[in-house]
Amino acid sequence: MATFQFDLCELPPEAESLRGEVRQFLRENLKTAAISRSRSWGGFDREFSRKLGARGWIGMTWPKKYGGHERTFLERYVVMEEMLAAGAPVSAHWVADRQSGPLLLRFGTEEQRERFLPAITRGEMSFAIGMSEPDSGSDLASLRTRAERVAGGYRVNGSKIWTSNAHKSEYMIATFRTATDPKDRHAGLTQFLVETKSPGITINPIIDLTGEHHFNLILFEDVFVPEEMRVGAEGAGWAQVTTELAFERSGPERYLSAMALILELVRAAGPDPTERQAIAIGRVMAHLNTLRQLSLSISGMLQAGQNPNLEAAVVKDLGTTFEQEIPQIAHDVLGLEPSPGTGSQLHQVLAYLTQSVPSHSLRGGTREVLRGIIARGLGLR
Amino acid sequence: MLGDVSTRLFTDLVTPELIADAEKGEWPDALWRAVEENGLTLPLVPESKGGAGAAWGNVFVLVAAAGRHAAPIPFAETIVASWLLSEAGLGVPEGPLTIAPGGADEWLQLERAGDEWRVQGTAKRVPWGASAGHVVVVGESNGTPMVGLVARGAVQAAPEKNLALEPRDTLSFDGTPAVAAAPVKLPLDVVRTYGALVRSAQMAGALERMLALSVKYVTERKQFGRPIGNFQAIQHQLALLAGHVAAAGTAADTAFRAAERGDLRYEVAVAKVRTGEAAGLGAGIAHQVHGAIGFTYEHSLHFFTRRLWSWRAEYGAEAHWAEELGRAVAQRGPAELWPYVTSR
Repeated sequence: MATFQFDLCELPPEAESLRGEVRQFLRENLKTAAISRSRSWGGFDREFSRKLGARGWIGMTWPKKYGGHERTFLERYVVMEEMLAAGAPVSAHWVADRQSGPLLLRFGTEEQRERFLPAITRGEMSFAIGMSEPDSGSDLASLRTRAERVAGGYRVNGSKIWTSNAHKSEYMIATFRTATDPKDRHAGLTQFLVETKSPGITINPIIDLTGEHHFNLILFEDVFVPEEMRVGAEGAGWAQVTTELAFERSGPERYLSAMALILELVRAAGPDPTERQAIAIGRVMAHLNTLRQLSLSISGMLQAGQNPNLEAAVVKDLGTTFEQEIPQIAHDVLGLEPSPGTGSQLHQVLAYLTQSVPSHSLRGGTREVLRGIIARGLGLR
Repeated sequence: MLGDVSTRLFTDLVTPELIADAEKGEWPDALWRAVEENGLTLPLVPESKGGAGAAWGNVFVLVAAAGRHAAPIPFAETIVASWLLSEAGLGVPEGPLTIAPGGADEWLQLERAGDEWRVQGTAKRVPWGASAGHVVVVGESNGTPMVGLVARGAVQAAPEKNLALEPRDTLSFDGTPAVAAAPVKLPLDVVRTYGALVRSAQMAGALERMLALSVKYVTERKQFGRPIGNFQAIQHQLALLAGHVAAAGTAADTAFRAAERGDLRYEVAVAKVRTGEAAGLGAGIAHQVHGAIGFTYEHSLHFFTRRLWSWRAEYGAEAHWAEELGRAVAQRGPAELWPYVTSR
């Protein structure tokens, strides 16, 4: 049977000294209240991303010739976990740093890398993810939005949905169907860089249940995408999109997204908690510490040049389950009425996270899809 | 290296028949002698004193291997006991050792009487308390923590067992003479802390084995014309179990790394809570996917699940360690929570 190997990863001294710099930066540049911090990596602040870019904390592992900093995955890990633990508004560069940039590094043309990567590292260019369609969610290979060859490029017709921050992003990397093979659904998919302001694109907001606008429905009507914006070979999209999803699942954001509520819970319990509160907090800490070691282990595998796709699925499933427990635990031990927009920071954070955590085991691959991947790793599929 | 040797040895020698015989009270002498002769029982004793001279960080794989095979010997206890003796500068006798006291509010006294030391007090549920060659006790003498070595038979033992029918005997020390004793720079509850440490590794190992047994079973067992492992309902349960197994292994491994640094209490608490939780949830999943056959004595699954249900409660259950952990975190306050996590 396949066993999941999680070797412990020790952070090197240079990563730990970087941590001090990051904390200092956050003390100076992040003065928001807990309710803002509870947005975690959903908070969008282009100015904040520019500052991070200026510090060299975007595209950290990328080659210097593309504006990167050639630092280790472990140093990048430290910056990520410090941003997440503080609830910094990192969404303006998060997707590009995590998956769009690495995808271009791996599969893009030299011209694409030179054009896009430096702007990403400066925190000046945001990317959206063009995967899901109205009829294609977990079953991603069923997607139908077509890119047809025309002179000098492709003409795109169809739609993409759940596209977070498309309305604030300059570009998206989208996967379209360039051919249909009735015998092989995974064939005929191709990835493209699409400028969100292209003629023929309509971005319609979808308001989520917390009342906020992150999601969009994007309609493509005869949208022209130039040949040089194709990423990788025609038909290579499935292999690339699964690689991109592995990037998407491998980071510490999959267990730290409810950090603001953990901190408010500890604050509310005070220095002398009841037995019930102490046990609840202790259990949260046991999970938090263990998830951090698991997540660090994945960074160690990335640093060693391995592909921890399976391990990332395991940690994302464990991590999002943990995040989703936090509002339940806070409810159980504090019994407060959640209060959106008014009341203490605790009331507001509880209100926000109670409503937002259901999305954590949907985004980036549902729990059910991940468990299918894990079962395959166990040899059951 | 140590891990490879122990895995090979346990794989060869710890058969279901051997475990079943041990449950009837038979001492698996050949197994013990093989483990001892291969130098696995004293990993933390210096080489100059006949040990392997290894560090705590290397011991995780050894103890996990014992759990993975449900080896019915006080292997983990001997490792901790021989380490305690070495820390106190005492020689390590041959044969199986055990440790006491491991209870929440159990404290032993060591008193000088002429040129010998005597032990006073009660220690409940001591693993192989009556059958191990020696008991290594930790107690205090005028406020100083001491390690003492007590020979089998010198102390009155009332036999009890855990769910896996491993001996858990109550020892009543009543001015019992120690073979040797010496002061040690360790806290008085060291047995409980290191007991929890080794149980977390044993649980991680047993959980791994439980997952392997479950995967094997659902691949072989057919219903509705196909292996039950083809059903998504089964696949998702085992994926969940695999997650708990990964978390348990990492939590326990991390605690051994902390033990190597000598500052382990926080990580032991984390490990005991996380592996204990995985034990309870994991055993439930393993039994469910095994169906009725897993509920029989004939099938080996129970050798692991019954151990997990006992081990999670020994040396402090999840609630005990979680409360300690939670109080420490609350005391430090929210501003220190994350800095503390990353400092470990």
